[in-house]
Amino acid sequence: MPTSLVQNESILAIDVGAAVTRAAFFDVVEGEYRFVAAGQAPTTAEAPFKDVGIGVREAIRNLQSILGTTLLGPQDNNLIAPSQADGSGVDAVVATMSAGPSVKTVVAGLLPDVSLHSVRRLAESTYSRVVDSLDLSDRRKPEQQLDSIVRTRPDLVILAGGTDGGASRSILKMLEAVGLACYLMPEEKRPMVLYAGNRKLANDVQELLGGHAGKLQISYNIRPSLETEDLEPASHELAGLVMKLRQRQIKGVDELNLWTAGNLLPTAYAEGRMIRFLSKLYESNRGLLSVNLGASAATIAAGFNGDLTLGVYPQFGLGENLGGILQHTEIEQIMRWMPLDISSNSLREYLFQKSLYPSAIPATPEEHAILQAVARQALYLAVRTAQKGFPAGARPAQADLMPKLDLILAGGGAVAESASLGQSLLLLLDAIQPVGITPFLLDQNNLLALIGAAATRHHYLPVQVIESGAFIGMGTVVSVVASANVGDQVLRAKLTYEDGTEARADVKFGGLEIIPLPSGQTARLTLAPLRRADAGLGPGRSGTLTVNGGALGIVLDARGRPLSLPADAVRRRELMKRWSYAVGG
Amino acid sequence: MLAPVYHVLPLATITRERKLPVAGKVSAHMNQRVSATDVVAEANFAREHVLIDVARTFNVTTRVADRMIKVNQNDRVTQGALVADAGGLIPRTIRAPRAGRVMIVGGGQILMEVGDARIELRAGLPGVVTQVIPERGVVIRTAGALIQGVWGNGRIDSGLMTSLIEKQDDLLTADRLDVSLRGSVILGGHVRDADTLRAAAELPVRGLILSSLYSPLIQTAYQMRFPILVLDGFGALPMNSAAFKLLTTNNKREATVNAEHFDRYSGNRPEVIIPLPVSSEPAEPDDFYNFGAGQTVRMRRPPHAGMIGTIATLRPGLTPLPSGLRAPAADVKLENGETVVAPLANLEVVG
Repeated sequence: MPTSLVQNESILAIDVGAAVTRAAFFDVVEGEYRFVAAGQAPTTAEAPFKDVGIGVREAIRNLQSILGTTLLGPQDNNLIAPSQADGSGVDAVVATMSAGPSVKTVVAGLLPDVSLHSVRRLAESTYSRVVDSLDLSDRRKPEQQLDSIVRTRPDLVILAGGTDGGASRSILKMLEAVGLACYLMPEEKRPMVLYAGNRKLANDVQELLGGHAGKLQISYNIRPSLETEDLEPASHELAGLVMKLRQRQIKGVDELNLWTAGNLLPTAYAEGRMIRFLSKLYESNRGLLSVNLGASAATIAAGFNGDLTLGVYPQFGLGENLGGILQHTEIEQIMRWMPLDISSNSLREYLFQKSLYPSAIPATPEEHAILQAVARQALYLAVRTAQKGFPAGARPAQADLMPKLDLILAGGGAVAESASLGQSLLLLLDAIQPVGITPFLLDQNNLLALIGAAATRHHYLPVQVIESGAFIGMGTVVSVVASANVGDQVLRAKLTYEDGTEARADVKFGGLEIIPLPSGQTARLTLAPLRRADAGLGPGRSGTLTVNGGALGIVLDARGRPLSLPADAVRRRELMKRWSYAVGG
Repeated sequence: MLAPVYHVLPLATITRERKLPVAGKVSAHMNQRVSATDVVAEANFAREHVLIDVARTFNVTTRVADRMIKVNQNDRVTQGALVADAGGLIPRTIRAPRAGRVMIVGGGQILMEVGDARIELRAGLPGVVTQVIPERGVVIRTAGALIQGVWGNGRIDSGLMTSLIEKQDDLLTADRLDVSLRGSVILGGHVRDADTLRAAAELPVRGLILSSLYSPLIQTAYQMRFPILVLDGFGALPMNSAAFKLLTTNNKREATVNAEHFDRYSGNRPEVIIPLPVSSEPAEPDDFYNFGAGQTVRMRRPPHAGMIGTIATLRPGLTPLPSGLRAPAADVKLENGETVVAPLANLEVVG
């Protein structure tokens, strides 16, 4: 990269999460952007603080003490910008935010399987909770629809329907119901409205809703034709609306937006943007997957050659919504991941009690084991939900398997703050259940969204920061798909190091083996599957490929896909201990 | 590091804003002394709406239909009142299907609000009105003991508090609830069966203050018409010693149980207020502090969940925990004399 392409501009990147606010510092070192340091503090969006600015300044103060420079004015506590000759201050600020209550959303479309389906997918790309849904199959009278909207008091209404130049009458009726509902709500409570339907109706939409909505945004049609879905322009508008809503709801967001010159972004949106960008940049043939499991939500972003699937699932977040996870899964499905002998009642009480204190952390091994089990199931559900929206070309032949992916990037409190990297990786393997050969990166400092936000200022920053090793390479995982009995040998692997030495592993079905390969090293990996097992090269196919090392090396996962756990709890717990031991305990 | 605060205060000035969800009429006035159950504001709001499509009914254009509409915005109409008239040799009319108020007229349609419901806003605590918020509500100030909870079923009431708890880990069962407790606010331990809640409803009681509640009983608790306030959480948790001491020493005093939902963003949370006579106004409680040595804290999570202690020292940097995680932590001396290490994220200052 020619250094002339990089402006010498330091960047402070702030992420206001549901539980933790992080401040990261990027600067130019030897002509390229580097992640320098990060500080963090509890988020202060909630009472008694009710001002995100307090937590942001606390995080910056912690960053200051690590950097040894001054970023906040000692007298006025204001950000020093641009940077000064004495080294204090920062040139630019970017910020992302996931804190705040779920966005109560009403979705409306014409056909349930067409426009409404797309509207739902759009709503899922941010921190929304759908509280009502309108479409042509809705048997309610218009006034009943209107009453329902008024009763649910949504923060946001997303409307779409009709191809460009197509149906209009039914959409106008729906618009009328939404407009009347807005009119009936107190002015300060009126929802923001995003219209992303038939473009021909833009003027009618403006006329019907412009005066009544909290704010009206008209975007490109998300279904310009029956066959085409294009969520990208609308998701950009949606990101803006959600940040405007946060400005209305939470003190201090205004100021943060001002620091970023109006470019404050939802964390998930910024993450999605990065994954789309990276999947294009690295010309990923198969796809990149990013998973982030935090207190506010589980966020899944998958990029397939520039095509993004983004899902934000507050119902699977490990914070205040945790008690509600039992509406989406049976308690036994969480219990199956439990390495401890505890009762389902104790687990139920844990879920409700933990939801009272979202920012609390597990202090004991038992609490940690329970949280890891819950995190596995939450991430498992989130990934499966997101997978339904993957593009047709990325759907595997066997519906209950994941598609083969080029890279998995993981972050979020529950994953990044595991007791060890091995535990983090095992959680990811259990929840995602990848197939084939997949390198895993850990975003330990939760930088993905921040570099996504910084990319708007400096296009080269993301690549330079990622390639400088800001993410931890966990290792390369070979996940074997086989039809075999536990104990049958399914794979012979040989790793030839750069110095010519070799390491071998014979992997049995049900086993998990590791061949060390330190970070920064490459080696030649030869895979010879048995019993027509697929180790990523095709059923029964052998081959040799170059692999990169990582903190854990090469992980050979022959536990089966989909992962089938023994029904007997004692045996299951023994197996889990064995697998945990295999990744370093 | 900023510390959240858990209020268990023997005497404090307590100021609370009480607001209607919609605009209405405030009946209380400045400096008025109110009891917890006094109505301080009320509002009428329409539960439903009726949309009358005149143009469609008469099969005319919206402009023609607008001329046929015989009511105006804000008109009150009775059931059966004429709202549109098409005229002609054989007159065709539309009559109001229900009594209500005309909200909007236009586009060949009439939108009416019907099914008026009345909301009465109660004071929620005994005290003096120190501010009237026009059309919305009041600010009330009182002096007394304040004990916050972690969960409430959304109800509010007040009555004489009777303690049925002897030890912090007591279980409250249905057989402890006899007719002598009718109309009381009951201070109990943990509840693990629906029979206890039903027995309380049958008396009825004016409120239940519990250390903990089994989570499968949450739905039943929501159905109860009296307030249920949980102090320490879900499961079989003992009552924290700070709340236990303060509540039991106020046995047989009038207590207000405001079991409103815990809203993290507004800061509204369930609380018990016990008004006390004072000669001079005590201080208002602080809502947050920075963690520091000497502070009394409550442990939020295991292994010492609910226990009260004092911060002996704040540890520098990150401390490794038995779970394997590393976090800012403190040495906390518990009431039993034992000193333990606790992550700051799992502590709240009692004050």
